Amino acid sequence: MAFKTEEDKKAYWRDNLSLMLKLLIVWFVVSFGFGILLVDVLNEVRFFGFKLGFWFAQQGAIYVFVALIFVYVRQMNVLDKRYGVDEE
Amino acid sequence: MDVQILTFIIVGASFLLYIGIAVWARAGSTNEFYVAGGGVHPIANGMATAADWMSAASFISMAGLISFMGYDGAVYLLGWTGGYVLLALCLAPYLRKFGKFTVPDFIGDRYYSQTARTVAVICAIFVCFTYVAGQMRGVGVVFSRFLEVDIVSGVVIGMAIVFFYTVLGGMKGITYTQVAQYCVLIFAYLVPTIFISMIVTGHILPQTGFGATLADGSGVYMLDKLDGLSLELGFNEYTTGNKSMIDVFCITAALMVGTAGLPHVIVRFFTVPKVRDARYSAGWALAFIAILYTTAPSLASFGRVNMIETINGTDQMGTNYSEAPSWITNWEKTGLITWDDKNNDGKMFYSGDERNEMDVDRDIMVMANPEIANLPAWVIALVAAGGVAAALSTSAGLLLVISTSVSHDLLKRNLMPDITDRKELFYARLAAGVAICIAGYFGINPPGFVAQVVAFAFGLAASSFFPAIIMGIFMKRMNDKGAIAGMLAGITFTTAYIIYFKFVNPAANVPENWLFEISPEGIGTIGMLVNFAVALVVLKFTGDSPEEIQQLVEDIRYPKGSGEASAH
Repeated sequence: MAFKTEEDKKAYWRDNLSLMLKLLIVWFVVSFGFGILLVDVLNEVRFFGFKLGFWFAQQGAIYVFVALIFVYVRQMNVLDKRYGVDEE
Repeated sequence: MDVQILTFIIVGASFLLYIGIAVWARAGSTNEFYVAGGGVHPIANGMATAADWMSAASFISMAGLISFMGYDGAVYLLGWTGGYVLLALCLAPYLRKFGKFTVPDFIGDRYYSQTARTVAVICAIFVCFTYVAGQMRGVGVVFSRFLEVDIVSGVVIGMAIVFFYTVLGGMKGITYTQVAQYCVLIFAYLVPTIFISMIVTGHILPQTGFGATLADGSGVYMLDKLDGLSLELGFNEYTTGNKSMIDVFCITAALMVGTAGLPHVIVRFFTVPKVRDARYSAGWALAFIAILYTTAPSLASFGRVNMIETINGTDQMGTNYSEAPSWITNWEKTGLITWDDKNNDGKMFYSGDERNEMDVDRDIMVMANPEIANLPAWVIALVAAGGVAAALSTSAGLLLVISTSVSHDLLKRNLMPDITDRKELFYARLAAGVAICIAGYFGINPPGFVAQVVAFAFGLAASSFFPAIIMGIFMKRMNDKGAIAGMLAGITFTTAYIIYFKFVNPAANVPENWLFEISPEGIGTIGMLVNFAVALVVLKFTGDSPEEIQQLVEDIRYPKGSGEASAH
């Protein structure tokens, strides 16, 4: 239940941060990126009856958000196991 | 049976359910009052968090707002769901590991300072009050519309019920009542929307019906038709909106960060026993919220098409007032729809230009939708029950934060350190009682529109708590002085900006006068940046936080039980 070495501990935190940052980049891109900053460009594309930018702003980003959290939970559990710090 | 009686039966039955659960789960010890003994399942906790978050604003007003704002309505959808991602990734697991009851507790301990704690308590109480006042108003509106009592009685009935289960049940009562409330409100939201989606597009799922062709066989996409109608009637295209990009960006960011910083939502993550459960809990909460949040924009667009077609007629020539459907005359009685026959042709007409004769309040859309679509009476009654559930659950969560802030943070940690558990519980209940009365007063005499007050709460949370908590976790060196200065600077800046444009000089509230064209709703984003900047500058001149604090921060970064490794 404890980190084997001080290096392990540092590596764990580094992995944790890098996972978090990667997911936050996706978070930013789908919402602020596709839904707001690039909305006019994406609206040129049709996605079923939607304009794509509009769809991201009112539907798509939300689905991605839910997926992001579950990916995070899974990856953190894997991380905890790898470093032998998962709770029982 | 008529709508009136059905509403009594369905709302009454849902109340019995909530009260039954509150009594069944009556809290014994102080610990249970606050956090339900730490033994709530992540899925149940996720539902309770979802109910906590989805207030009267989400249930009653949001779809209506989107319906009138079109694309711009995305600020609410993105803001309130995106904030959850921040919460789940950056805050929830660490705050849970820290293991304290309240946000001011975290800030007080992390920044080793009574002043920081007191500043945080005051911010928490302020944020919760502004928010809860809006909820009380929401309860009052629903009651007065469906039970046909005046707004004052509506608010008073709501106050009594919220008080009953906050005070007797504590957090545990609330957790399970909120699970029940989530089920009621999501059912009440989905049923009418599915009906309407099937009528308009033939799709069962509102999320796909949103992008489908109309069921009338014309082969035209619903959204294209809505864009066409909007342009014809002198509005902007539905899928484009009116606001500037920077304003949309900032409002979204303020709502996101505000979500992550709202104390009544954060405290939820203290109720699950393990870090891993706290992570799952946030995931479930967002999944449950997403069901409503992806349904709302569909409902908004269907409602818009239906409303325009009933008022203007399918030929867009106007409908004779003498043939107006009953929902128009019903809502006219409440003053939320008005008709002014300007051209004296006896016909109603709705548009965005000088031809317009109708004034339709945004808040009625969700409640009026089932009536507009001619759905059966029990569906209308169900929506009333859902609206009440949404408003009650959020108020109860907020009241709990107010009462714990007062009894635990202010009295026990500040003024009366020797207080017994029994006494503390007594003061917690007393504080909840006083808070309800004050909130009820503001529910009866609201200081502004509900939406304005709610935006205020978000801006404040974004500019005060969020930076202090984020730096508390991810920046070991951040010290007490930096955090306090940051919180004060952020909240003062935001409050001043909002008060100036909303209350002191509302006439000047136009884009030309705004800072960088950012509206008061979005200014919390700038307040947050001010908070970060001030904190960092002050840190530079005052030196790093002490060694033992850095050790404490180190501890919350790793799962439980791993702390020993560093204690060598």
